[in-house]
This record gives sequence, structure tokens and C-alpha cells, in this order.
Amino acid sequence: MLAWTIYISFAGALVLALLPKGNGRGGDSAALARWIALLVAAAGFVLAIAGFASGAGQGRVTIIDVPWISSMGIHYVLAADGISRVLVLLTGLAAVAGVLFSWNIELRTNEFFAFFLALIGGVYGVFLSFDLFLLFVFYEIAIVPKYFLIAIWGSTRREYAAMKLALYSFVGSAMVLIGLLAAYTTAGSHSTGLVDLANANLPFGFQMWVFPLVFVGFGILAGLWPFHTWAPTGHVAAPTAASMLLAGVVMKLGAYGCLRVAIGLFPHGLDPWGWSFWGIGSWRDVFAILAVIGIVYGALVALAQTDFKFVIGYSSVSHMGFVLLGIVTLKQIGVTGAVLQMFSHGVIAGLLFAIVGRVVYERTHTRQLSELETMYLGRRLPFAAWAFVVAGCASMGLPGFSGFVAELQVLVGSWIAKPWWAAAAGIGIVVGVAYTWRALQKAFFTDRLPTPDEHPKEGWPKFDPITWPEVAATALLVAATVLVGVYPRILLDSIEPAVKALLAGGMQ
Amino acid sequence: MNYADLFRVTLPETVLDVAALLVLVVDLLALRKADLRTRVMAAVVIGLLGCGAAIAVMQFQAGGGLTYPGSTDLLLSAGGYTAIAQIGILILTIFTLLLFVGCDFTKHVGEFVAVILMAATGGLLISAAQDLLVIFVGLELLSLGLYILTAFAKQSDRSAESAMKYYLFGGMSAAFLLFGFSYLYGLTGSTNLHQMMRALYATTANGSAPLLYVALVMVAAGLGFKVAAVPFHLWAPDTYEGAPAPAAAFIASVSKVASFALLIGIGTAAAHAFGDARVVHVQVVARVSETPLPRYFGFNGPWSGIVTLIAVASMVLGNLAALAQTSVRRLLAYSAIAHGGYILLAVAYFSRSNESANAILYYILTYGLTTIGAFGAVAVVEHVAGSDRMDAFLGLARRNGLLAAVLLVLFLSLAGIPPLVGFWAKFNLFAAVLGVNRGVVPFATVALAVAMSAVSLYYYLQVLKRVFVMPPADDSPLHGNSITTAVLVLIALAVVVLGCLPGLLQTWMSNFYAAL
Repeated sequence: MLAWTIYISFAGALVLALLPKGNGRGGDSAALARWIALLVAAAGFVLAIAGFASGAGQGRVTIIDVPWISSMGIHYVLAADGISRVLVLLTGLAAVAGVLFSWNIELRTNEFFAFFLALIGGVYGVFLSFDLFLLFVFYEIAIVPKYFLIAIWGSTRREYAAMKLALYSFVGSAMVLIGLLAAYTTAGSHSTGLVDLANANLPFGFQMWVFPLVFVGFGILAGLWPFHTWAPTGHVAAPTAASMLLAGVVMKLGAYGCLRVAIGLFPHGLDPWGWSFWGIGSWRDVFAILAVIGIVYGALVALAQTDFKFVIGYSSVSHMGFVLLGIVTLKQIGVTGAVLQMFSHGVIAGLLFAIVGRVVYERTHTRQLSELETMYLGRRLPFAAWAFVVAGCASMGLPGFSGFVAELQVLVGSWIAKPWWAAAAGIGIVVGVAYTWRALQKAFFTDRLPTPDEHPKEGWPKFDPITWPEVAATALLVAATVLVGVYPRILLDSIEPAVKALLAGGMQ
Repeated sequence: MNYADLFRVTLPETVLDVAALLVLVVDLLALRKADLRTRVMAAVVIGLLGCGAAIAVMQFQAGGGLTYPGSTDLLLSAGGYTAIAQIGILILTIFTLLLFVGCDFTKHVGEFVAVILMAATGGLLISAAQDLLVIFVGLELLSLGLYILTAFAKQSDRSAESAMKYYLFGGMSAAFLLFGFSYLYGLTGSTNLHQMMRALYATTANGSAPLLYVALVMVAAGLGFKVAAVPFHLWAPDTYEGAPAPAAAFIASVSKVASFALLIGIGTAAAHAFGDARVVHVQVVARVSETPLPRYFGFNGPWSGIVTLIAVASMVLGNLAALAQTSVRRLLAYSAIAHGGYILLAVAYFSRSNESANAILYYILTYGLTTIGAFGAVAVVEHVAGSDRMDAFLGLARRNGLLAAVLLVLFLSLAGIPPLVGFWAKFNLFAAVLGVNRGVVPFATVALAVAMSAVSLYYYLQVLKRVFVMPPADDSPLHGNSITTAVLVLIALAVVVLGCLPGLLQTWMSNFYAAL
């Protein structure tokens, strides 16, 4: 059933690509295209929910396993375990919200949604693949639509940002491909199944050098410091729906790869080297330190931004640092927290980008905090202000929202592993409160008085009214983060056994 | 020599040559007064029938290749990699001819098609050749055809200039090749590849053989020219830019397939020089001479080293130079150099089983198909815009959505994005290299190749950016010839289907080995 999320997304993309163009700028078929996209995304979401519900309490379920290239032993294997089901659910949610927040796209509407659904299809595919080769294929399929989404429909320096993102992704996937080739040939060139490779007893020395290669390859897409620089520029340049997807699910592809492939297949790559330098004695220490630097650095840079969207962009780097830190703790609670953080950040970052990029920017046509300060948005756009307060609280990690549960687990996990990791990451949380507060204050609740010429006599011009798709999508995302925040068991019951199995010895 | 056998083995070549003569006769005698379109159609149809007939008669080769009288060593091989390469050459020739339908750069239609068919004959010959002399004759037959095709747009200065450059470089490289062949003959006393390989073990067993290095460097220069490998690549950008589109597509596809088939032939001969007895033989030699074996022993050692160097130079320089191009044809030329570099890696690390041969053929055949499509699409734009500059592609998605989609598929396949066929070709190739040798050097070169293909995405995206992202300078619709468009769509579909079902082509190829 879950496999159909992939097929209907690609089918939807194909239908939209073939839809007659109308007059080229929006035109007659634009409305039809929107509804098709919404229908496809909603169908995917429903399938994801159904798959999540029916998979409750089960371990890994193989959906399909047929030979693909028999001479090379490559199989077309789709399967789902608890981690996959949660991330597929996130993808469905982000897809629906993304379509709703793109309702006002008029330029080449058909193509926009075609690329959008192709990207979604690739993302579903990565989360459901249990053959390394197939996973890689879907992973690369996701690169091209991202490029066009940003380059065609983006804003600030879009062509530069799109190219940068495409090249960073492709370099990362090239590193993964080298690791894939090496693992495939070292294991005897007869299978690329994740389970087979995990059982292949790859030599210790081999794992020691392939692990960092593959981890960094995937980590580039997860915003691993210092390879994160594509993320803020990419997020800022992207159209709203694309930034929602980039921060919401695409960065999760990287983190998922780190967990499923790098740690699942090459677990000995995390073993101690046998010598240490300033307390760094394994790749685990190296990547934990990079993750912590990412957390603190992302938060500090977010604090200094003048562009509203850059604040959110750097906050993504910071929050993804928690995911990577949680993964390398290798403790049950830390890794569980990391997976939960993937879901949580996916929802919250999507909401933040939607508010900044769609609800605010499409009406004010500026993202500069200094200009927003003079606009009294708190009073003139109460919906945006309220939504941002909720999203901001969730992002700061207040109890009652999903971010709290996730980050707490990551911190506990890293405390067990090495207390100073948790202490340093805690700084990131504090700074996180500061930058969210600062942005909130400046954008919505400033007390600066307008000068006489700034205050038109006939009152402020009216903004366009808030439309129903915006309300619906905001409600959807807020509901998700609150539900998981209040009752995290709903996801944890699914994640915990899968993480346990993963940590207990790869994927045997 | 058994003339019945000779006739049987060279039947496809014969059929193709007869078709070439037929094209000339029909065009020059029967259609003297007809208009250009009719003549083009007639010539192309006869050419297609010739290629089809050549494929059809290939089943008569099933009885095996041609041997020397009184010896079991092959003169012309048949079946296996030869059959795959020959069918590939004929199919790619068919696509090239189909692209010629929409062209009007020449009035000498019959000659153009005839020369294409004759050059393809040369390609068929070197795919089968196992003897230095036959190799040289086949190469010259192919090359002379290519020089003429390059010069065929008589109104264009560029065409003449590039043909002259191509010819001068080609003549020089043929001289190098002959010089190398003469040393090989001097060292081994034979012109047959198999006898030569065996003799080389005896020559090198007692220590270094500097003459062998000289000979192999010369041969590498001659063959490196054919596959446009650095540093023998200088002709490629000019020729790709100046030649008429079908000629450029032919050079980029058919000629490459034939040249790599030749390299496979050399590699196969080297790998099978001693049959299964090779290991025993090496031990015997070592015991008799009482000295440790030299590090580079026989043919494989030096050859592998030289080819690896050329391969690395090609993929680095090809990809980096492509970054700076503004002409799409030159860009395709440098990318061809880079692709040639990847394939040469598999030539350098060649397996005894047919895994390497298959990987190389898979790569070069799918690459040839993709690149014919790319040249076809470029030609359509060039025909309307009058230039192959990147800016001629501005806003193509708005002007001709179908052509833009074709370009998207073909260029992404060249960049190696899955699930398109170019990705499988690369994976197959690199897996074959690592299957032969997983030492530090092959691993590092494969890693370099993968990294370089990441670089290549940049320049392919530069073209696609203009097609899809940037606004058109001129909003008028851009139409191509309907047959050309149909062929391009067919090629793009093949790239997608073969990419989604990569097993199809591999199963097809393995059938030819099963028959041996």
C-alpha cells in the first residue's frame, strides 16, 4: 500500500507535465493543475496515514521484492519499518501543506506542480527503499526537480542558489556512490540489498574509511557543518513550497541516509581508532563535534540575520544539528529523539517558512526585518502573528510541542554518551530562544512609533485577505506539532522498536 | 585461405558496400532531375535497407570467425563482443541516417549517404579485426570517410577548416600507429594479436623491454586519437563544431563504438593469450629464469599503465574544459573526451571474463545513442537560430516543449542521473573496473571519475538552465522536421526505458556470448 505513494506521485507529475499549457502564464489549466496536485498529495497523505496505522506494532514489512538487474544481483525492494513509516507520514503532510501554500503560483503552474510531485515521489522512494541501489536512484531523482523549482520560481539570487544546491547534492551523492561501489564490490558483487550488505561482514578497515565518506556524503544534504552553506541560500531563494520541502523533508533524506546507510551498513566505522587527539578518538567524536558546532553556529548566525527568511534558514541548520547529534550518540533514547526531531523539525520548519515566505512576504513584498518593523504586522496581519507565535514556541522547544520531546531525548542521549556534548548543545537551545524571540518581536510586535510620513493619513492600505488554503495548511501543521507534543507515544511506539533493531546490529 | 569462410564472415561488410554503391547509382542516374527532398528520402531509405540487411545477414557469422590457414588463431573474430559492436554500429548508423532527413546543407545527397555507409563498413571491419594489418586498413577506411563527411558542408568555412585539422591530426596519428605496429612486429615476429601477445611474454620475461614501451606509447597515441583521449584530443572540439550535424553525430557515436570495439579486441586478445594455462606458464618462466618476474610483465602491465594515464588526463581535462564552453557543440566535444576517459579506465583494467567487454559496450552504445540525440536536438535549434551558442537555447521550453523535454532527458542521462541509462552505464563500468582490481590506484581513479561526473552536472545544467529557466529572447515557436522530432522522441524514450529496465540490454548482450 505504501508503495503507491511513490507511484501516484510520479504519475501525478507526468499528468501535470503533459497537461496542455493554456496561455503560458497561469491560464486556464492552472486551476485544474492545482486541484490535481492537491488530490495527488492528499491521496499520498491518506496512504501514508493508512500505512502508518496498519503498520503499528509490526517490525519491518517487505512490500515488494523482485529482481531488477539479475546479472548484478540488484533487486527492487520496497519495505517499511517504524522509522520509514514516520518519515513517509511526514512527507505526506509536507506535500499537502506545500501544495496548499503554493495555491497562488501563477507562473507556469503545471510545470511547478509537476516538479513538486516528482520531488515528492523521489522522497517517498528513498524512505521506502531497502536496496542501497534503489535508494540511491531515488535520492538522485530528487536532485533535479529541486534545481528547477528554485531556479524558475525562486527569488533572491535564485540561479546561484539553485546551482549551488544542485552541485552540493550531487557531490554528496557522488561520495555515496563511491561508497556504494566499494561496498558492492567488496561484499562480492552479488547483492546491493541493505540487509545483505549489513550481513556481509565487511572488513573492519574498510568500514573505517567508507563510513566517514558515506556519512559526509549524506550529511551534506542534512546540513552537516561545515557543508551546510547550500542550506540557507537555497532555502531563502526557493519558492515557499520548495523551502518547506527542502527544510521539511529533503534535509531529512540526508539524515535518514546517515542513519540507515552509514550507520546501518558500516557500524564498525564508529568504533574507536585506538588513539585519540584532544579527546577525539573515533569518527563518532568527530561527527558529534561537527553536529554541536552546527547547532551553536547555526543559532548564533540566525541571531545576526536581517532577512526574516535567513533567520529560519539558519535555524534549520541548528535544528538539523540535533538530528545528527542524536544519531551519533548511538544510544536508544538519542537516536529515537533524532528520528522524532526529523518529524518535528519537518513540520515546524515547514510552518515557519510558509508564514515568512507566503503569508507575510506575498503581502508585504519585503523580508527585511528592519522594514517589517515599521509595518505593524501584529495588528494588520493577526493571523500571521498568531501562527508565528505558535510556530516559534514549537521551534524554541516549549513543552506541549513536538520539538520539546525530540530535543529533550537527544540531550539525554548525548548526556549519557558524553555530558559536554549535551552542555554545548544546550547553548544552542538558549540562543534558539533568543533568535526566535528577536524575529518575532521585530516582525510582528514592534513598539517603534512610525514617523509622520510613514503613517498614511487615510490609514494603512489593506493587505490581501488570508485565503482558505493558507488557513487549512497552517491548521494542519499546527495540529501535527501539537498532537505529537502532547501525545508523543503515537510516533514513539513506531520509532523505538525500529531504532532498537537498527542499533542491535545493523539490519540483520 | 578459405574464401567461403571469408565471404561468410565479411557478409555484413559486403552488404553495406553494395548498398553504398546502390545509393550512388540511384541518386546519380535515376534521380538526376528529382528535387532535393525526394533524393534525400530515396538515399536514406536505401541506406536504412542496407543497414537492416547487414543486421539480418549477421546470423551467418554464427559458425565462428575466420582463422589463418593451418592455425587456430583468429584473423577476423565473429560473435561475442564483435557481434554486439557490429549490430550497435549498424543501429547507430540507422539513427544517423534518419537525422540526415531534415538536413539541407548539401546537394550531393548520394555521396554523403554512400560515404556514411562505407565508413560504417570500416567500423564493422575493425570491430572484428585481430591482425595489425586488418586493423590499420579498417581504421583508415573509417577515418577517410570521416574526413570527407566533416568537409561536406561546402558553403561553410568552419566545415572545411575542421576537416583539414581533423585530416592532418589523423594522418599524423596514423603514422604513429604504423610506427608502433612496426615495432610490435619487430619485437614479436607476428602481426596477429594472439601470437603477438604470447611472444611478448617471452620478450619481457627476462627484464625490461624499453622498445615495448615505445611501441605501446605509439599505439596508444594512434588509438587515443580515434577515441579523442587527452593529449590526442585537439581535433575533437573543432570537428564537432564545424562538421555538419549528421557527420558530427556519426563521428561522436559510430566511430567511437568501432574504436572501443578495437580496444576490446586488443584487451581480449591479451587476456586470453594463453587460454587457461597462463598462470602455469608464468610460473614455469619464473622458475627457468631464476629471477623474480619483472613488475610489468607481458603486454598487460605497460598497456594498463599507459591507458590509465590517458584516461585520467581525459576525464579531468575534458570535464574542466567543458565548463568554459559557450558553444553547445564544443561542450559536447569536451564531454565526449571526458566520457572516453571513463571508458578507458575499463580498458586499462580489463577482465578475463566478458564483464569488462560488456560494460564498455553497454557504455559506448548507450552513450552513442544519447549523443546522436543530443546532436539532433542541437541541429534543430541551430537550423532556426543559426547558431549553436548557448544563448540560442534561451527559453526553448516555451518555444518547443517537446524538444526541451528531449534535451532534458538526454543531457541528464549524459550527466549520469538515475534512472536514465547513462547512470547504469557508469555504474556498470566502474563496478567492472573494481571487479578486476580493488587496489589503491584503480579505486582512486574510479573515485576521481565519480567526482568528475559531479563536475559535469554543472555544464549540462548550464544548457538546461537556458532551456527551462531563462526567458526566451524570441517567443516564436521553433519547429523541427517531423521525422527528426519523431526520431529524437524515440531516442529519449529509449534512454528512459533502458534506464528503468537496465536488464534488457544486458540480457540481450549476454545472448551473444551464450552462442559462442
